Amino acid sequence: MSQADLTMHGHPGAGVMSEPAFSVPAKKMAMWLFIIADTATFAGCLVAYGFIRNSTPDWPRPFHSITNVALMTFILLTSSLTMLMGIRSAEKGEKSGAFRWILITALLGAVFAVLHIREWMELLDTGVTIFHNPFGTPLFGAAFFSVTGLHLLHVTGGVIALIAVGIRYMGGRYKADDIEVTGLYWHFVDLVWMFVVPLIYLLNMSH
Amino acid sequence: MHDMSAHAAQHGAPTSFIRKHIFSLDHKVIGKQYYALALVAVIVGMVLSWLMRLHLGFANFAIPGLHLLSKNGAPGDIMTPEYYLQLMTMHGTIMVFFVLTTAPFAAFGNFFLPIQTGAEDMPFPHFNMMSFWVTFTGFIILMASFFVSDGPTLGGWTQYAPLSAVGAVAGPGQGTGVVLWAFSIAFFCVGQLFGSLNFITTTLDMRCKGMSLMRLPLSAWAWFITSIMGLTAFAVLMPAAILLILDHVAGTSFFVASNLVINDSLLPHSGGSTLLWQHLFWFFGHPEVYIAIIPGMGIVSHILITNMRRPMLSHRVLIYSMGALAVLSYMVYGHHMFVSGMNPISSLAFSFPTLIITIPSTIIVLIWLGSLYGSKLRINTASLFALGFVSMFISGGVSGFFLAQPSIDIMLHATYFVVGHFHLVMAVAAIFGIFGGTYFWFPKMTGRMMNESLGKLHFWLTFVGTYCIFMPFHYLGIAGNVRRYQAFVDDYLIPLIPVHKFITVAALATGAAQLIFIYNLIHSRFKGAPAPDNPWQGTSLEWSTATPPPHNNFGDKMPVVYHDPYQYSVEGASSDFIMQTSSESVHSADEEK
Repeated sequence: MSQADLTMHGHPGAGVMSEPAFSVPAKKMAMWLFIIADTATFAGCLVAYGFIRNSTPDWPRPFHSITNVALMTFILLTSSLTMLMGIRSAEKGEKSGAFRWILITALLGAVFAVLHIREWMELLDTGVTIFHNPFGTPLFGAAFFSVTGLHLLHVTGGVIALIAVGIRYMGGRYKADDIEVTGLYWHFVDLVWMFVVPLIYLLNMSH
Repeated sequence: MHDMSAHAAQHGAPTSFIRKHIFSLDHKVIGKQYYALALVAVIVGMVLSWLMRLHLGFANFAIPGLHLLSKNGAPGDIMTPEYYLQLMTMHGTIMVFFVLTTAPFAAFGNFFLPIQTGAEDMPFPHFNMMSFWVTFTGFIILMASFFVSDGPTLGGWTQYAPLSAVGAVAGPGQGTGVVLWAFSIAFFCVGQLFGSLNFITTTLDMRCKGMSLMRLPLSAWAWFITSIMGLTAFAVLMPAAILLILDHVAGTSFFVASNLVINDSLLPHSGGSTLLWQHLFWFFGHPEVYIAIIPGMGIVSHILITNMRRPMLSHRVLIYSMGALAVLSYMVYGHHMFVSGMNPISSLAFSFPTLIITIPSTIIVLIWLGSLYGSKLRINTASLFALGFVSMFISGGVSGFFLAQPSIDIMLHATYFVVGHFHLVMAVAAIFGIFGGTYFWFPKMTGRMMNESLGKLHFWLTFVGTYCIFMPFHYLGIAGNVRRYQAFVDDYLIPLIPVHKFITVAALATGAAQLIFIYNLIHSRFKGAPAPDNPWQGTSLEWSTATPPPHNNFGDKMPVVYHDPYQYSVEGASSDFIMQTSSESVHSADEEK
């Protein structure tokens, strides 16, 4: 039998556009596509950093302690967990519960940003800027601030998005699906951090 | 029902002028806006090429009025060497980004992809509107660099570091000009990302009932594949452009090595890598040339099939080959850097996929030729331009076999041979695709037919003229004529000046022939014969709706698809063709595809 019949009998009564081909709503698919594009952007930046790092003979390794970055990582990972809790509540229809989890996630994201900025300030105090630093090649500061800055921009955007989506969700304009889509983005930002930590911090530990 | 996507698509028809024609959410209006932008851009780009050719063909030629464009760049109407390079850079940038990407991909894709998939609109119309306006802003920023004090950048459209990254010390336009260039490109990337998101979600999520992926016409497939490439390629160019801006405005030196002396002054930068820019740029740059050409392949296949009245030898193989081109295009980018100082082993590693990518290209060409063989092709302007596309793609592609090999490329690199190669295979071929698409779809887009006699005249003048311009380039390249020279003063170059004169005359004549097209376009838009709904007896969905299509593309009744896209000359059918929406049941071997 021809494909026409297969397709149509496969989805009996399927209205036009009512059933997305891969059962993925357009918003969720768009978020996945954005994540693919953003992965390419981060990959471009990290590869550029690796390229420069490899071609510089005495790349500086100024970091002494992992306490701060470990704390930041712990907070960001925890926020992924609270995000999941929020999505689960939203899927169960527990609106206020979901809203609470979303706000906790946003709060953790904000704490991460504050810790990150505090770390930046300390580095600026020791003379590390985007074009100069006391350890050697100026590219260390340039790469550090560009990559972590790009990530911090994503975290900040994510915090704002979480609060906006949460409020609209409480107001009834957004549904549980939208919470999940925002969650995809949040997990992605978390995942990127798991690449940033070893490449930017752990590789540059003094020993 | 996933109400989000439907909600996004079902916006009411606008009433005010601004919402209808300027900040429109309608993909058809956005498609026309992209077409208009590409038209303005191509006129600017072509005029720039005339100025360059006049300067090359007739040394120190005074172009009346040129000093008005740039007092320093053309004192006494004669362009300086630097100004020649500035015009060349703008020619390349405008053509690659704002013509070859916007016209076949963004313009036709926006207008026809939703219609060919049977969708009311794209799922994110606001993103779609922003996509155009962000791209438009990028174009304005690029144009603005003509009017800053030392003019636009002179670094070539590839904007190689370190000269692009060190600022005004490297020459006129290398300060503000480069920053404007990089901002323009960053805007363009954002615009194309929005567009690609919409194209992919439209193709996967918005198809009408019965429209399986394999039932999409080849043009829709081409736009779909291109948008997947656009999603990742532009996402890498954007950070590269931003790093370049940082090198200018934030004092970093990502792309500038230590101890660089330019124009007798030691630069304060240190530590960066000039090769890094090339890696980042060409990781975008090579997919970009396929972003420019694959939509043309789809459009041309669509036109040829309609006029051959039979499908291609294999629908699937053609789609798979375009997909293979897309995948391989990311693995070959290093062939632009054979002589840039990469490890020779890298050159070898990039040479293999470069030779392999000729296989899907060759398969596509053979499918076209095999399908054309013995067919009774209807000769009209659209099918002529489609044939012209095939011809240009073959002529330009053959020289690719030579350039793919590092040992030969070392001699031919940065000569006119390369210029001839990419102009034929990617630039002019894509332009022929745009012309073909215009003559083919103009009736559907505007409701009026274009003039066929003028169209055929336009085709023959353009076809012959294009070969007269670009074939001699190969000869110049083999003779050792390096590209980007603004004058030919060496002993071995002086005998080549007559060839340059010939090319200049051919370029001016071919450019003049485009006035016929512009006249035809404008005249037909207002005075052309009214177009029927299906002037070419096509089968795909754009021909089953009204001309021009209503706001939601299909009026009250959404289409239901019963057939493969190209059911022509089917035995036992009531007519020469069966439309995709026709419920006529026919047993045909093709239907199993």
